This record gives sequence, structure tokens and C-alpha cells, in this order.
Amino acid sequence: MSTDSDRGERPPQTPPQAPAGATDADEEAAEGRVYTASGEDWDEFVAQNEAHDFQSGERLVLNMGPQHPSTHGVLRLVLTLEGETVDEVRASIGYLHTGIEKNMEYRTWTQGVTFCTRMDYLMPFFNEATYCLAVERLLGIEDRIPERAQIIRVLLMEFNRVSSHLQGIGPMGMELGATTIFLQGLRMRERILDLYELITGLRMNHGFIRPGGVAQDLPPGALDKIREFLDVAPRFYRDLRKLIDANPVFIARTKGVAYLDLAGCMALGITGPMLRSTGLPWDLRKSQPYCGYQTYDFEVPTTDTCDAYGRYVIRMDEIDESLKIVKQCVDRLAERGPGGTNSAGKDLDPVMIQDAKIGWPARLSLGPDGLGPSPEHIAHIMGQSMEALIHHFKLITEGFRVPAGQVYAATESARGELGAHVVSDGGTRPYRVHFRDPSFSNLQSVAAICEGGQVADIIPAIASIDPVMGGVDR
Amino acid sequence: MSENSDSNGSTNLPARLGEERLAEPVVRHGMFGVDTTGDTSGYGRLRIHEQAPIESQRPYGGYFDEIADSLGMSDAIERVVVDRGELTFHVKRDRLPELARKLRDDPALRFELCMGVSGVHYPRDTGAELHAVYHFVSITYNRRVRVEVSTPDSDRHLPSLTGVYPTCNWHERETWDFFGIIFDGHPALTRIEMPDDWKGHPQRKDYPLGGIPVEYRGATIPPPDERRHYQ
Amino acid sequence: MGLEEKLPSGVMLTSVEKIAGWARARSVWPATFGLACCAMELMMTGGPKHDLARFGMERASNTPRQADLMIVAGRVSQKMAPVLRQIYDQMSDPKWVISMGVCASSGGMFNNYAIVQGVDHIVPVDIYLPGCPPRPEMLLDSIIKLHDKIMNTKLGPNRQKQITELEQARLAMPPLHTAAPVISVAQLRAEEGH
Repeated sequence: MSTDSDRGERPPQTPPQAPAGATDADEEAAEGRVYTASGEDWDEFVAQNEAHDFQSGERLVLNMGPQHPSTHGVLRLVLTLEGETVDEVRASIGYLHTGIEKNMEYRTWTQGVTFCTRMDYLMPFFNEATYCLAVERLLGIEDRIPERAQIIRVLLMEFNRVSSHLQGIGPMGMELGATTIFLQGLRMRERILDLYELITGLRMNHGFIRPGGVAQDLPPGALDKIREFLDVAPRFYRDLRKLIDANPVFIARTKGVAYLDLAGCMALGITGPMLRSTGLPWDLRKSQPYCGYQTYDFEVPTTDTCDAYGRYVIRMDEIDESLKIVKQCVDRLAERGPGGTNSAGKDLDPVMIQDAKIGWPARLSLGPDGLGPSPEHIAHIMGQSMEALIHHFKLITEGFRVPAGQVYAATESARGELGAHVVSDGGTRPYRVHFRDPSFSNLQSVAAICEGGQVADIIPAIASIDPVMGGVDR
Repeated sequence: MSENSDSNGSTNLPARLGEERLAEPVVRHGMFGVDTTGDTSGYGRLRIHEQAPIESQRPYGGYFDEIADSLGMSDAIERVVVDRGELTFHVKRDRLPELARKLRDDPALRFELCMGVSGVHYPRDTGAELHAVYHFVSITYNRRVRVEVSTPDSDRHLPSLTGVYPTCNWHERETWDFFGIIFDGHPALTRIEMPDDWKGHPQRKDYPLGGIPVEYRGATIPPPDERRHYQ
Repeated sequence: MGLEEKLPSGVMLTSVEKIAGWARARSVWPATFGLACCAMELMMTGGPKHDLARFGMERASNTPRQADLMIVAGRVSQKMAPVLRQIYDQMSDPKWVISMGVCASSGGMFNNYAIVQGVDHIVPVDIYLPGCPPRPEMLLDSIIKLHDKIMNTKLGPNRQKQITELEQARLAMPPLHTAAPVISVAQLRAEEGH
């Protein structure tokens, strides 16, 4: 079984040596350029393995290719098996590389949100929020973001944590053969996506959290709908827990599987539920709070079993905690009232920074030609204020300028620490945006947690890492 | 921002700031920074200069001084920058593994987690075009620090940190893939995101975005890097 | 293909076409090629609210050998393209392809070096489904349209005729842009040069 005590300390296995000073030389075969879908020196090391002198004679190189139901996306695993035991695991990524970071260099700061939101597509709000926090820190407006916007950000992020965990646990069950877990998780997730649609207009990839605040305020009736969901959510949650927690098959397949202790996590730079399953309660929402998280009352769930089951328990507990935070957000928003405008047309409770050079009043309305600024705002800029018209024009055409410098902003996303390293050269576009995605770092551990175990343990192992290949490959 | 006081103690004299900036190269012309058509804004003669590299002086503030004191190694550190609440050490590249080991092992520093490598390409920064930026987190002390090294385009080698922080394995492969920085001592420096036989390093500034023109209902729009834009 | 292809044109072929079309449309097994965000919407379509099982399609065949329909859901990167083609080749006839989402249909918002600008560069597509990501209802609409198409697909010699007819119809279709003169950017630039 996979409970070797030294498994955590093993460094990731080393694939065959690349030539020193590696360049991208052509691989010429005798018949000219050969393109295969295997790649990554597959032939070389199959040959290597066959040349070995084995005792058991049951050595097999197996490709869990990019198209696979259980690899949580387009992840390719090349396994060297000794019977049922995994001897080596090589993870091959890049099948979803989209060049998002480079694309963002050709768009304005606000347009960058629509790109980074599609990175880790299960937690779009976290991508947006991390990027916007970095841009706001570069702008120096961190403390001028309106309170209402911060509350809405926290609300959406915590809902995102819930829906992301449901989409992590669901496939985990499905891959172990229990489709019911997946469908039960989807029941709850559908309701959350409906709430997203109500608030932001889209079920996924919202582009809602923008530098300076959020795109627009909650629509009337949203708080009631959220409260309705919070009333039924505990029932869904209880059903799911009753289904999985004591399920003997689930326990047999996940307890003691994918062991990675604290030293291993530290060496591999692992954060999030994987790190908290080792017993260390490291959560950026508590230790380096942002968006006002220090004012909310919630716990950080931890277990100390370091295995896949522990991580599952943490995720379920985090769902519970997130719903608690959502309740607090809803109460705060209800306290603040519906916002609205005063007689002069100014926002009483804005959701976008009140700096005309950075954000326009986040009041959108649906006209015959689509979604756009509200009629009051248009009347204001066209009829009342030349300066407002100029600001609006400049914001639409070139966006705002961000003073030169670099910043690293991090949030505790559903998978771990999501960091955005944003470099500005003083212009209207990012100079360089690099996202430290938690799935990328967490996925490195697949070798450490799978090698030495059984083939069937790879599935719950990867499910417990819960990688999202969009974030891994960006 | 760096100190602007002169010997009298008065601060922030605009004239002094202007002198510093005028010496830097020009990065933008005019109000909108367009170069395909004429500048009709009236600000056509505006010249924006690059910001000089900041260097912060002691005291840095907060826990940054403690980190700098515990780290020492002043011969390895080229520049220290405290900007927007973050501490950055610009370090000589050959001293990087030593510095990283000290960051990890020194009981007063204890930066256990490395958040990976981020490459940045500054083509205008001749002699130090490729920068690699490392972020570290100390769980023990709840601190963050950034270390930046630079390497010229002509000699794109950096020492690998996989011996100190194994998590850098994939991050360094990614930086090699996207920028062409070769990490000496890395166990297997191969492409990770792009296909194995890809030519070029995509996230460099001299690599095109690579889009195609899009035709829609009779009109054609050029790819994003060829469109008119405002800098 | 099968015996049904060898029948000569006539009443029997027409009846067989109807039955075959009806049978094929009623049990399409998708080889879900879920890549990115669209894959999430695809999974939600298979969920309890938007139920894909009512079409008999919830049994996603993970092996392409038993699959009929490849729903390319998500952006196809340059690295994934050969894999996509290999999976398509491994599917046996009759097979159909829905390119779900704008990234699969045309490259979407990612007009860059890393993404294939439309999977029709790699595999022949039957239904293009725009959206970023398309709602489950949109995906269901596209599947229903595909079922229509499958049901009306002819066999054997009739199929050849049908293919020719469809192609003639497409060639005769009026262009998407309006009849009024629309000046293109290239023309504008040329005029500016004067």
C-alpha cells in the first residue's frame, strides 16, 4: 500500500537527461521529419525499459493519455508499471496552453480580466480577484476600493470556492465509479451557477471583478435568491456527506492513499487543501487577509492524515465554512441597504472606485444595442460635464494608465495560493503578467504521491490534488 | 520612492525630479502613443521618459529591515527595492543558490515556500534583458520577499534552484520554454508547455503574438498585435 | 461501412435510410473531448437539470472506438491538435463532430500562437456552436439540430446525391455581409495612401 514513510521526501523523478544547454533542435528520423502524437521521447524510454533486466518480467510503460476520463482534464501521465505497482510517473502538461499571459500584454488592464478569468475555469472569480488586487496595488488604490465592492467580491469568491469544490469532489467520485456523487454535487452546483447568472449575467467566465471594484451592483432581489439557496444548501450538503463520508468503498480507495507529509509539501511548494491535510492551518485569508477577510468569522479546516481522504474532508468542511461566510456577506449587504443614487445622480453605495480616471460608475443597463452605461450616466457625460465625457472617452479607448513597477498579489483560492505577478511599464497595457497557479505547483507532486503505489491509486491521488489543467497550462 | 531631499533637507523639488527623468530614454510620444496615424490630440510633442530604476535606502520599514539584516550578503545584492509594500532583492546570478539556501535555512529567515519563477523580458535593458523573479513565503514569520536576477540575452544562463526548492523544477522548465533562460543544474530542462519541437520562446517580446486576420461579414480585422492601440 | 451502404437506390433504400437515421440519432454516444471551460458546461448538460440522458447520450464513451459523436469542448492547443486528430481517426463511421464554443469553432478570443484557430482545420465539423461557454440549453439545441441532420442523412448512392445537392446549395448562398458597399480596412488604407 502507499504508506511508505519516505515517500514524502522523494524528489520528483528525473526523466532522461536533456543535453546540456538544451536547444530546440529538430528530431530527424531516417525518413525525414516525423510527427507523432506521442512525443516526449516516448520511444527512447520504452526502449530503455525493455533493455532492463527484470526480475518479474511484468514491466510495462503505459500512457494515460491526454484524452482520458479520469485525469481531470488534458493531463498526460506516462506510467512505468511493475505489475500493478507504479514505478515511475511522468506528468506531461501543456495540452491546454493558451498563451493567456502573452495575450494580456496586448489588451488594456481592464480587458485583461476577460483573459485571466478563463485560466482556471473552475474558479474564475479567484483569477479575476487576484489579478485585480495586483493591479489595484500597482495603482495604489487598495484602500479606496468601496466596501460594498469588497463584500460582493468576498461573496462571489466564496461561492466560487463552493462550486469549485463540488466540481472537484464530484469527478472524484465519478472516477472511482460512483456517478451518483457527481450528479448529487451537480444539483447543488447548478443552483450556484444560477446565482452567478443572476448577479453577473453569466454562468462561467464572468469578467465581473474589475480593477477598482466590480462591474455592477447586485440586481434587486438577488439577496433574497441567495438566502433561498442558503436555506436549501444545508440539505444538499448533508445528503452529499451522508453519501460519501462513511462509504466503505470510498474510504478503502482514499484512506492512506496519496500520502504527502509536511516536508514534502514544503519542498514541492504545495498550498491549499493538500497542505492543510498535513495538519498545517496555512490559509492566506487568515494570515495575509485581503478584501476584508479579517472581518469575517470562519474557521480553517485541517486534518492531519495527509491522504486523499483527509483532503476530501477538508474540501467538504471548506464548503460549509464558505457558506457561513456567504451568509455573513448577505447580512452585511442587507444592512447597507440597496444602494441607489442621490438626487444629483451620484452613487450612494458605489461598487466601483469613485475615481473618474480609473473606473466609470458601475451602473449598466440593457439598451437596444446591448449592455452599456446607464442612461443617467450618458445624460451626465453628454449634457452636463465635459470633463466626465473626456474621462469616459479616455477610459473606453485607452483605459487607465498604471504607474511603473511590479507587484505580486496572492489569494487563497480553492486549490491553494493563486498569485499574480504583474509588471507595469507605466502604460495602458500590462507589460508582463505571470500567474502562479496553484494547480501547476500542486501537480508536480503527482510523482511523489503515486510512485510506489498501485495503478488504481493514481486516480484518487490526482483527484485529491484537484488540478485544473487550464490553470496548469494557462 | 527614493529620497528626494537635498543637503538643506527640503524634499521633492520638481526640478530635481525632472533632471533625473530627462536622462532616461523616451518610451512614449504624444498623448495616445499611436504611431500609425497623426497625433491630433494637441499633445503631439509630449515625450514620456522611462522611470529610473528605484533603489531604496534604509530604513526600509516594517519587517523588511529584519530580513535584510538577517540576510546580509551585501556583496551578492545589487539593489534593494521597497515599492508598494513589497521587498525586492536584485541579486547577482552566480550567488543565487547560496542566497536561496540562506533564505530557506537561516532560522531568522525561514522562507519555506518558493512560489516559483516568473520570467520577464526587458529588451531595452541591454546587458540584463532577461529577468527571473522568485517569490518566497515564510510561513513561520508570515512574510514575503522577492528575489530578482537578471541575465543578458547573449549569455542566458542562470543557476537552478531545484536543489534548494524542488518546486522550481517545473517553473524553471516553464521559464526556459517561454524565455530561453537556461538553468544550469536543472535535472531535465525541457519544454513543458509548448510542443517539444517548437521553435522559439513565445513569451519574449520579440516573439510575435501569432494571430491571424479575422474576416467577418465582409470586413477584416488584423490580429491583436497589429491593431491600432493606445500605449 | 455496412450492408446498408450496398443497397441500390429505391424504395427499400429509402426505408432503410429512415430506420437507420432514426436509430442512429436515438443513440448517439459522445466521445467527450472535454478540454477547457466548455467541458464544464458539457458536464453540466449531462447533469440533472439539463439532462442529456433523455437523448440516450449520457453514456459518454471514453474510448473513441465506441463513440459516434465527438464534442470538441474547449480550446485546442497546438500540442493537443495531433491528439485530436488521432482520436477522430480512431472513431469508426458514422461519426459526427460538434465544435462547442468559439474556441473550438474559430479560435475564439485566443487569436495567438498557441491555439488552433478552429478545429475545422483538423477535423470536419458538422455543427458549430458559438458561445463562451455556450449554455447547456445551447448545447442541447445543437445536439437536436445534429439529430435532425443524422435522421435526414441518406445512404449509398442517395448519399452521394445529397452531398452534391448540399454543396450546390452552399455555393449558391448569398454572402453574409450586406449588399451595401462596405469598405474594408485594406481599401481604407489604400485610399489614405493617395
